[in-house]
Amino acid sequence: MAKTKNKYWYEYLYIVSVAYLVLGVFNILFAWLGLLCFTIPLIISAVGGGKTYCNKFCGRGQFLHILGDKFNLSRNKSMPRFMVSKWFRYGFLTFFMIMFASMIFNTYLVFSGTNELREAIKLLWTWRLPWNWVNTSLVSPWIAQFAFGFYSIMLTSTILGIVTMILFRPRSWCVYCPMGTMTQGISKLKHRNDVL
Amino acid sequence: MAKKKAKVIERLCVACGTCVDVCPVNAINVLKGMFARVDELKCVGCSKCAKVCPASVIDMIEVEKESVS
Repeated sequence: MAKTKNKYWYEYLYIVSVAYLVLGVFNILFAWLGLLCFTIPLIISAVGGGKTYCNKFCGRGQFLHILGDKFNLSRNKSMPRFMVSKWFRYGFLTFFMIMFASMIFNTYLVFSGTNELREAIKLLWTWRLPWNWVNTSLVSPWIAQFAFGFYSIMLTSTILGIVTMILFRPRSWCVYCPMGTMTQGISKLKHRNDVL
Repeated sequence: MAKKKAKVIERLCVACGTCVDVCPVNAINVLKGMFARVDELKCVGCSKCAKVCPASVIDMIEVEKESVS
Protein backbone atom coordinates (compact mmCIF):
# COMPACT_ATOMS: atom_id res chain seq x y z
CA MET A 1 0.00 0.00 0.00
CA ALA A 2 1.37 3.36 -0.94
CA LYS A 3 2.11 5.62 1.95
CA THR A 4 -0.01 8.74 2.32
CA LYS A 5 2.12 11.84 2.61
CA ASN A 6 1.11 14.17 5.40
CA LYS A 7 3.35 17.17 5.85
CA TYR A 8 4.62 17.62 9.37
CA TRP A 9 5.77 20.92 10.85
CA TYR A 10 9.40 19.77 10.86
CA GLU A 11 9.37 19.28 7.10
CA TYR A 12 9.47 23.07 6.78
CA LEU A 13 12.65 23.52 8.80
CA TYR A 14 14.59 24.26 5.61
CA ILE A 15 13.02 27.73 5.88
CA VAL A 16 14.80 28.17 9.22
CA SER A 17 18.11 27.13 7.67
CA VAL A 18 17.78 29.62 4.84
CA ALA A 19 16.51 32.33 7.20
CA TYR A 20 19.56 31.76 9.41
CA LEU A 21 21.96 32.51 6.56
CA VAL A 22 19.94 35.53 5.44
CA LEU A 23 19.69 36.96 8.97
CA GLY A 24 23.46 36.65 9.31
CA VAL A 25 23.86 39.03 6.39
CA PHE A 26 21.76 41.66 8.13
CA ASN A 27 23.17 41.12 11.58
CA ILE A 28 26.05 38.78 12.29
CA LEU A 29 24.93 38.29 15.89
CA PHE A 30 22.17 35.97 14.63
CA ALA A 31 24.99 33.50 14.02
CA TRP A 32 24.78 32.56 17.69
CA LEU A 33 21.49 30.80 16.95
CA GLY A 34 23.51 28.26 14.97
CA LEU A 35 24.63 26.76 18.27
CA LEU A 36 21.21 25.12 18.34
CA CYS A 37 22.21 23.06 15.27
CA PHE A 38 25.25 21.88 17.21
CA THR A 39 23.70 21.14 20.57
CA ILE A 40 20.27 19.70 19.69
CA PRO A 41 21.59 16.75 17.58
CA LEU A 42 24.15 15.88 20.27
CA ILE A 43 21.55 16.02 23.05
CA ILE A 44 19.11 13.89 21.05
CA SER A 45 21.68 11.19 20.33
CA ALA A 46 23.09 11.33 23.89
CA VAL A 47 19.65 10.60 25.35
CA GLY A 48 19.14 7.67 22.99
CA GLY A 49 17.24 9.38 20.20
CA GLY A 50 19.78 8.21 17.62
CA LYS A 51 19.88 10.31 14.49
CA THR A 52 16.37 11.71 14.81
CA TYR A 53 17.76 15.16 14.16
CA CYS A 54 19.30 14.11 10.82
CA ASN A 55 16.29 12.00 9.89
CA LYS A 56 13.62 14.57 10.68
CA PHE A 57 14.76 18.00 11.81
CA CYS A 58 17.82 18.87 9.74
CA GLY A 59 16.86 21.99 7.79
CA ARG A 60 20.08 21.91 5.78
CA GLY A 61 19.42 18.36 4.62
CA GLN A 62 15.91 19.37 3.56
CA PHE A 63 17.26 22.45 1.80
CA LEU A 64 19.82 20.40 -0.15
CA HIS A 65 17.15 17.85 -1.00
CA ILE A 66 14.91 20.58 -2.39
CA LEU A 67 17.73 22.11 -4.45
CA GLY A 68 18.91 18.77 -5.79
CA ASP A 69 15.64 16.96 -6.24
CA LYS A 70 12.88 19.52 -6.75
CA PHE A 71 15.05 22.04 -8.62
CA ASN A 72 16.97 19.27 -10.35
CA LEU A 73 20.34 20.84 -9.62
CA SER A 74 22.05 17.57 -8.73
CA ARG A 75 23.83 15.34 -11.21
CA ASN A 76 22.62 12.38 -9.13
CA LYS A 77 25.90 10.52 -9.42
CA SER A 78 27.41 8.25 -6.80
CA MET A 79 30.03 9.72 -4.52
CA PRO A 80 33.56 8.37 -4.82
CA ARG A 81 33.85 5.36 -2.53
CA PHE A 82 36.62 6.92 -0.43
CA MET A 83 34.26 9.72 0.65
CA VAL A 84 31.95 7.16 2.22
CA SER A 85 34.77 5.47 4.13
CA LYS A 86 35.17 5.89 7.88
CA TRP A 87 38.63 7.33 7.26
CA PHE A 88 37.26 10.21 5.24
CA ARG A 89 34.26 10.83 7.48
CA TYR A 90 36.19 10.78 10.74
CA GLY A 91 39.08 12.59 9.07
CA PHE A 92 36.77 15.42 8.02
CA LEU A 93 35.25 15.47 11.51
CA THR A 94 38.75 15.81 13.00
CA PHE A 95 39.65 18.61 10.59
CA PHE A 96 36.35 20.34 11.33
CA MET A 97 36.88 20.09 15.10
CA ILE A 98 40.41 21.50 14.79
CA MET A 99 39.02 24.44 12.84
CA PHE A 100 36.25 24.84 15.41
CA ALA A 101 38.80 24.84 18.24
CA SER A 102 40.85 27.41 16.36
CA MET A 103 37.75 29.60 16.07
CA ILE A 104 37.12 29.28 19.82
CA PHE A 105 40.78 30.19 20.46
CA ASN A 106 40.45 33.29 18.27
CA THR A 107 37.39 34.25 20.28
CA TYR A 108 39.40 33.79 23.47
CA LEU A 109 42.20 36.01 22.12
CA VAL A 110 39.67 38.78 21.49
CA PHE A 111 38.12 38.18 24.92
CA SER A 112 41.50 38.47 26.62
CA GLY A 113 42.37 41.62 24.68
CA THR A 114 45.32 40.05 22.83
CA ASN A 115 43.66 40.40 19.44
CA GLU A 116 41.27 42.94 18.07
CA LEU A 117 37.89 42.08 16.60
CA ARG A 118 38.12 41.17 12.91
CA GLU A 119 34.90 41.99 11.11
CA ALA A 120 35.24 39.41 8.38
CA ILE A 121 33.93 36.04 7.31
CA LYS A 122 36.42 33.36 6.39
CA LEU A 123 35.17 31.21 3.52
CA LEU A 124 36.40 27.65 3.19
CA TRP A 125 38.90 28.38 5.97
CA THR A 126 40.92 30.35 3.41
CA TRP A 127 39.38 33.49 1.94
CA ARG A 128 38.64 36.45 4.16
CA LEU A 129 35.51 38.33 3.18
CA PRO A 130 34.97 41.80 4.72
CA TRP A 131 31.69 41.81 6.65
CA ASN A 132 31.82 45.20 8.30
CA TRP A 133 28.48 46.80 7.51
CA VAL A 134 26.89 45.89 10.82
CA ASN A 135 27.35 47.79 14.03
CA THR A 136 28.53 45.28 16.59
CA SER A 137 29.48 47.84 19.24
CA LEU A 138 26.39 46.97 21.27
CA VAL A 139 28.05 43.76 22.42
CA SER A 140 31.49 42.78 23.73
CA PRO A 141 34.01 42.24 20.91
CA TRP A 142 34.41 38.54 21.76
CA ILE A 143 30.66 37.97 21.31
CA ALA A 144 30.89 39.49 17.84
CA GLN A 145 34.11 37.56 17.08
CA PHE A 146 32.42 34.27 17.93
CA ALA A 147 29.50 35.23 15.68
CA PHE A 148 31.84 35.93 12.75
CA GLY A 149 33.66 32.66 13.33
CA PHE A 150 30.53 30.61 13.72
CA TYR A 151 28.85 32.15 10.70
CA SER A 152 32.01 31.39 8.69
CA ILE A 153 31.69 27.73 9.66
CA MET A 154 27.99 27.62 8.79
CA LEU A 155 28.46 29.37 5.45
CA THR A 156 31.47 27.25 4.54
CA SER A 157 29.67 24.00 5.32
CA THR A 158 26.63 25.17 3.35
CA ILE A 159 28.88 25.87 0.35
CA LEU A 160 30.49 22.42 0.67
CA GLY A 161 27.00 20.91 0.92
CA ILE A 162 25.84 22.70 -2.21
CA VAL A 163 28.97 21.72 -4.17
CA THR A 164 28.60 18.04 -3.27
CA MET A 165 24.85 18.26 -3.88
CA ILE A 166 25.58 19.42 -7.44
CA LEU A 167 28.40 16.95 -8.07
CA PHE A 168 26.83 13.88 -6.49
CA ARG A 169 23.42 13.33 -4.88
CA PRO A 170 21.18 15.89 -3.17
CA ARG A 171 22.04 14.88 0.37
CA SER A 172 25.71 13.98 -0.21
CA TRP A 173 26.66 16.44 2.53
CA CYS A 174 24.99 14.05 5.02
CA VAL A 175 27.70 11.49 4.28
CA TYR A 176 30.49 13.61 5.74
CA CYS A 177 28.53 16.10 7.85
CA PRO A 178 30.50 16.37 11.12
CA MET A 179 27.31 16.50 13.20
CA GLY A 180 25.99 13.39 11.47
CA THR A 181 29.27 11.57 12.02
CA MET A 182 29.27 12.56 15.69
CA THR A 183 25.65 11.60 16.34
CA GLN A 184 26.13 8.27 14.58
CA GLY A 185 29.30 7.69 16.61
CA ILE A 186 27.46 8.47 19.85
CA SER A 187 24.59 6.15 18.83
CA LYS A 188 27.02 3.34 18.02
CA LEU A 189 28.75 3.74 21.37
CA LYS A 190 25.47 3.92 23.24
CA HIS A 191 24.00 0.85 21.58
CA ARG A 192 27.20 -1.14 21.06
CA ASN A 193 25.88 -4.14 22.97
CA ASP A 194 22.39 -4.14 21.49
CA VAL A 195 21.43 -7.04 19.27
CA LEU A 196 19.68 -5.74 16.16
CA MET B 1 11.44 -16.74 -9.87
CA ALA B 2 13.97 -14.16 -8.72
CA LYS B 3 12.86 -10.79 -7.44
CA LYS B 4 14.92 -7.74 -6.48
CA LYS B 5 15.05 -6.48 -2.92
CA ALA B 6 16.96 -3.59 -1.40
CA LYS B 7 19.79 -4.39 0.96
CA VAL B 8 21.78 -1.85 2.95
CA ILE B 9 25.53 -2.25 3.45
CA GLU B 10 25.15 -1.52 7.16
CA ARG B 11 28.87 -1.10 7.78
CA LEU B 12 28.96 1.93 5.45
CA CYS B 13 25.46 3.37 6.02
CA VAL B 14 25.49 6.91 7.45
CA ALA B 15 21.95 6.61 8.84
CA CYS B 16 20.81 9.89 7.27
CA GLY B 17 17.29 8.57 6.75
CA THR B 18 16.92 9.70 3.13
CA CYS B 19 15.88 6.19 2.12
CA VAL B 20 13.23 6.10 4.83
CA ASP B 21 11.59 9.22 3.37
CA VAL B 22 11.32 7.86 -0.17
CA CYS B 23 10.27 4.29 0.56
CA PRO B 24 6.66 4.00 -0.65
CA VAL B 25 5.88 1.06 1.60
CA ASN B 26 7.64 2.06 4.85
CA ALA B 27 9.99 -0.89 4.55
CA ILE B 28 13.07 0.92 5.88
CA ASN B 29 13.96 1.95 9.40
CA VAL B 30 17.03 3.61 10.85
CA LEU B 31 17.96 1.41 13.79
CA LYS B 32 18.94 3.40 16.87
CA GLY B 33 20.81 5.98 14.83
CA MET B 34 23.35 3.43 13.63
CA PHE B 35 22.27 2.26 10.18
CA ALA B 36 19.23 1.67 8.03
CA ARG B 37 17.72 -1.77 7.53
CA VAL B 38 15.23 -2.92 4.94
CA ASP B 39 12.36 -5.19 5.88
CA GLU B 40 12.62 -7.79 3.11
CA LEU B 41 9.04 -8.85 3.55
CA LYS B 42 7.74 -5.34 2.91
CA CYS B 43 10.23 -4.32 0.19
CA VAL B 44 8.67 -4.22 -3.27
CA GLY B 45 11.99 -3.77 -5.06
CA CYS B 46 11.21 -0.33 -6.52
CA SER B 47 14.87 0.76 -5.96
CA LYS B 48 13.88 4.33 -5.02
CA CYS B 49 16.01 4.05 -1.88
CA ALA B 50 19.05 2.89 -3.84
CA LYS B 51 18.69 5.84 -6.20
CA VAL B 52 18.57 8.48 -3.46
CA CYS B 53 21.07 7.02 -1.01
CA PRO B 54 23.79 9.72 -0.83
CA ALA B 55 26.40 7.15 0.12
CA SER B 56 25.26 4.65 -2.54
CA VAL B 57 25.28 1.85 0.00
CA ILE B 58 21.94 0.27 -0.93
CA ASP B 59 22.20 -2.59 -3.36
CA MET B 60 19.34 -4.22 -5.22
CA ILE B 61 19.91 -7.93 -4.87
CA GLU B 62 18.04 -10.82 -6.40
CA VAL B 63 16.27 -13.09 -3.98
CA GLU B 64 14.19 -16.18 -4.52
CA LYS B 65 10.49 -15.30 -4.32
CA GLU B 66 9.75 -18.27 -2.04
CA SER B 67 12.25 -17.12 0.56
CA VAL B 68 10.36 -13.91 1.28
CA SER B 69 6.77 -15.05 1.00
